[in-house]
Amino acid sequence: MEIVVYGVINSLTLALMALGFTLVYGISRLPNFAHGALYIIAGFAVWMGLKILGLNYVVSVLLALVVMGVIGAAMYQGVLIRVRGMATSEIIASYAIGLAILEFLRWMGFKGMTYTLPGFKEGFVMILGVPVDMQRIFIIIIGALVFLLLWAFTHYTKIGLALRGMAQDERAAMMLGIDSDRMAVVAMALGSILAGVAAFVLLPLGNVTVEAGYNVLVLAIAVCIVGGLGSWVGALIASFLIGFLQILTWVYIASHFQIVVALLAILVTLILKPSGLFGRQKEFEERV
Amino acid sequence: MEKDDQYRLERLDRGIKVRTEGIYAISSWREMSYLLVPRLVLILGFLMLPLLMPSDYWQRVISIACVYALLSIGFDLLAHFVGLVSLGGAFFIGVGGYLAAILNTYMGLPPVLTIPIATLAGGLICTLLLVPCLPLRGVYFAIATLMYPLILMRVIEALNILGGTDGIVGVSSFPNPWIERYLIIIMLIVVLFSIRRLVNEDYGLVMRGVKDNDQAVKASGISIRSVKAVAVFITSLLGCFGGAYLAHIYMWSGLSQFALDFSIIPIAATVIGGGGTLVGPILGAFTLVPISEILREFGTLRIVIYCVILVVFIVFKSEGFMVYGERKYHQFQRWVKV
Repeated sequence: MEIVVYGVINSLTLALMALGFTLVYGISRLPNFAHGALYIIAGFAVWMGLKILGLNYVVSVLLALVVMGVIGAAMYQGVLIRVRGMATSEIIASYAIGLAILEFLRWMGFKGMTYTLPGFKEGFVMILGVPVDMQRIFIIIIGALVFLLLWAFTHYTKIGLALRGMAQDERAAMMLGIDSDRMAVVAMALGSILAGVAAFVLLPLGNVTVEAGYNVLVLAIAVCIVGGLGSWVGALIASFLIGFLQILTWVYIASHFQIVVALLAILVTLILKPSGLFGRQKEFEERV
Repeated sequence: MEKDDQYRLERLDRGIKVRTEGIYAISSWREMSYLLVPRLVLILGFLMLPLLMPSDYWQRVISIACVYALLSIGFDLLAHFVGLVSLGGAFFIGVGGYLAAILNTYMGLPPVLTIPIATLAGGLICTLLLVPCLPLRGVYFAIATLMYPLILMRVIEALNILGGTDGIVGVSSFPNPWIERYLIIIMLIVVLFSIRRLVNEDYGLVMRGVKDNDQAVKASGISIRSVKAVAVFITSLLGCFGGAYLAHIYMWSGLSQFALDFSIIPIAATVIGGGGTLVGPILGAFTLVPISEILREFGTLRIVIYCVILVVFIVFKSEGFMVYGERKYHQFQRWVKV
């Protein structure tokens, strides 16, 4: 029973981490290798709001999300827009930005136990006979809420529909009057905000560290590759797959191997079927 | 000048460049020196470097810069001639380093044997491990290669084999510091000129074909996979040699050989030096590594500085300074009325 409950929670955690990455890639075909860095910045922003500015938890979270949106949009508008379409440069540029942010934070002394976010609420509840603490309950609630909101946003608002149009066929979308650069800015901002959401929900479980940023990047890539880059349903299903695999290795082998599982999942998927479980890319575009 | 006159920049090859392409290259001292001087300056410059360096510390920096330069040549060959962007330079260094350390400490072989064996065996191991990824393109290959050093690192850490997080200590050093210094420099020069020769031969043409239009190469009855495998093998040889060499000069081999430095600096060096020139990445590495040494006291801030340089170059000056220099050397430009 514990495996099922914690498997579901772990899967939702992974899904939250990967959501921003898969959204940006799905809409603008931009592999955002700075995703892990954005996640850590969000955690840091919330921490600053709480500890340095002394704000209320809710206010500082909202403020951090706004900041994330601005950072994401600025990153796209300032740098990535100039290399868009050149796959190599996109990867290198976004990876370099991510590295720069993370290593800068490390240089500022960002490690160890200094930076922790408090949980939303103490205590725990019993689910199916397994004790689960409140923070993990919030992960489930907020995760479900984010998915619902995102679904509603992309199906019922004009910008959301434009984003989906761009994800399906960028040229056709441009012919119908959708400004692809503006939509890519929106997508990038949205992706960063989602990284921020993941950060403030998940970080209270651990410390705000640079390593967490790298791990988030690896896990997000793992989920997206296994599910198929750019496919949202695929990402959700893949996060359940990897989530349960991780819990199983944790229970039956050793906790060290959790990240190895994710890495191996990436490699095996890439080798066997690079478009992933639900990828909509044409086979021809990704392998010879 | 009228207001609505429009001008465009016209670039023409210098006469001497055109003449030196054919048999006339040996017609006069001027033509010969046009061809030879840049090459000789490079070779002699490298050979002089260890003599000019003031201290052992800077000698060491030069050796390390050479290792990065080898990796950068490998990255350049893969990215700009075969079209495979590899983010896993650390993988080659790590495999080579660990192999050399194992051969040296567990089997007691001297560096004369460990370096060639580690280079060849490491090259084979890396190539065999990467073969399944070869059909992948663009982003997919980059992500796959990014994962390899991470997996090896985590596996060594989790299984606690090969010295675990402490690494393998007690690797023997080179018998003579001058051997240590000149081995890598001569290797670098040999590698540079042999790879330049390789890419200008027919085989290099096929490689470029794989990059530009792999379907056409396939249609010509040439196996893309084997061309890519050969390129990866060459790159892994360079990386594993560098790794084995590093293991011997540090007298240690550990998890930090899988560190990001070995993946990111070659890329940065190639971008700022000029991709596709093979000399550019070397100059890039020889610019970045000393900068990194000067900045060593700032800790990880130097990675930030690299990344900023990298982003600035890739966004604003993606040709790199070697391409720029070659253009200035071979061509002149003027404004022509449209």
